[in-house]
Amino acid sequence: MDGMVELDRLTRDFGPIRAVDGISFTVHRGEVVGFLGPNGAGKTTTMRMITGYLLPTAGTARVMGHDVVEEPIAVKRRLGYLPEGAPLYGDMTVEALLRFVAAVRGFAGAEKRRRVGAAVERAQLAEVLHQPVDTLSKGYKRRVGLAQAILHDPPVLILDEPTDGLDPNQKHEVRRLVREMAADKAIIVSTHILEEVDAVCTRAIVIARGRIVADAHPDELRARSPRHMALRVRLRGAPDGLADELRTLAVVREVETVASRDGTAELLVLPANGRDVAADVLGWLRARGVEVTEAFVERGRLDEVFRMLTQQETGHAAA
Amino acid sequence: MRPRNVAIVTARELAAYFTTPLAYVFIVVFLALSGALTFYVGGFFERGEADLQAFFVFHPWLHLFFAPAIAMRLWAEERRTGTIELLMTLPLTSFEAVLGKFLAAWLFVGLALALTFPMWLTVAWLGTPDHGVILASYLGSWILAGAFLAVGATVSALTRNQVIAFVLGAAVGFLFMMSGVDLVLAPLRGLVSPDVLDLVASFSFLRHFTDITRGVVTLSDLVFFGAVIGVGLLLNTLVIELEKA
Repeated sequence: MDGMVELDRLTRDFGPIRAVDGISFTVHRGEVVGFLGPNGAGKTTTMRMITGYLLPTAGTARVMGHDVVEEPIAVKRRLGYLPEGAPLYGDMTVEALLRFVAAVRGFAGAEKRRRVGAAVERAQLAEVLHQPVDTLSKGYKRRVGLAQAILHDPPVLILDEPTDGLDPNQKHEVRRLVREMAADKAIIVSTHILEEVDAVCTRAIVIARGRIVADAHPDELRARSPRHMALRVRLRGAPDGLADELRTLAVVREVETVASRDGTAELLVLPANGRDVAADVLGWLRARGVEVTEAFVERGRLDEVFRMLTQQETGHAAA
Repeated sequence: MRPRNVAIVTARELAAYFTTPLAYVFIVVFLALSGALTFYVGGFFERGEADLQAFFVFHPWLHLFFAPAIAMRLWAEERRTGTIELLMTLPLTSFEAVLGKFLAAWLFVGLALALTFPMWLTVAWLGTPDHGVILASYLGSWILAGAFLAVGATVSALTRNQVIAFVLGAAVGFLFMMSGVDLVLAPLRGLVSPDVLDLVASFSFLRHFTDITRGVVTLSDLVFFGAVIGVGLLLNTLVIELEKA
């Protein structure tokens, strides 16, 4: 099978507003796709179309080869879905809720018990098993949402902001869970937390105003940052005008003076061609007799790239 | 449609009634009110007849208010809390969910009706009633409640506000119930042809129910209520499907 999830020019209108505008991508086994974008970019709407909660206005979505419009039940069987905000039946206990989902998923008897037990263990819910969902903390609720999504060990997982509102420890746990399951599944995780992309994703798809503006490995995205491979150095006894001298080097595009205090100067050297210039620049500084107390090569920052990509798009649309 | 899925939804919904005080409040008030109406308004003893006419005559009015109260949460609450997204992304068809929810509400009303059995015992102890008529009346009352519930559930799917669901459900139910009397017919008279007027009048819940409680259980009365329930469930399914589009 080619792709486990295949989107082809998927489009959705709400009245006159086009929320999702011709999104196409394919997700393969083993991929964890970070689905990024500002609020209102169309992430949730796209996920709702993949899971059959909303019908597309145009275009198609397929899960394990089944069209979401033609065979919604076949699609839903193969999906685990954590909706935005993890809505759950608040008056049910965790156990009753998981047993209900297991029953609808077609499990009965010993198999149902085993499935619920495994999901409870995986999401670490044993201590709250008999509590009504309404009495649980946000972190536990999110884990119950995850448990119901993974209960049937689906080949495709769609998680809409699984770590939203969780504390750092809980985020870490959810990410560990996603990483653990990644190998034999296709997983799409929406988020606007960029560190998450580094933590779990093998691929990042950035959307803005309903359109894909980037689809690449997180490292590739980072490489688009103007600070990619920038060299940050702290110097002692740097002569005046050193920055201007540095600018004349062929490998250097620009030099920024970041800070200057207690007799040291901090410079940010941006490379001319995106390659690592640390050796060249440090060699040159040593030859000039400048003492380097600290040196650090920046890999570029995802949030910068994210802002660049999504704001650019907004600018276009407004123009 | 897979009956197993319907049963799973029904079981969850029934359990949901009983995890909140709603079920107990409803049953207690229903029993108290139906009893009070029978004895104080219906004049059960003064009639001096060994039947339950004084009891069943109030059922359309009880169901008119109680059925929307039971049906109002079926969909409106799912929409308000967002759980509808969880439910509708499970491998269930919309109709399975609609039917499962309806059956839960209907069984719940059936339980409330069954708990009025002391009425039957009382009249059986006092005299020799026609048990066939009483049984038919119970069934008629239950199927009438089903018709109100089908209307109420459909209205509930249109809103996320339970109060609106209740008021609209009761209002639409009231129109159905009164369609045989002048209140509804008078404004239509002159506007539509007599045939249409007869058609509107034939939708009267009250008329069909009164037939049944007289002991005249005709197939057409049962088919009528069955059809109202069926059409209600299909409309309900349609509303749920349209929300995806």
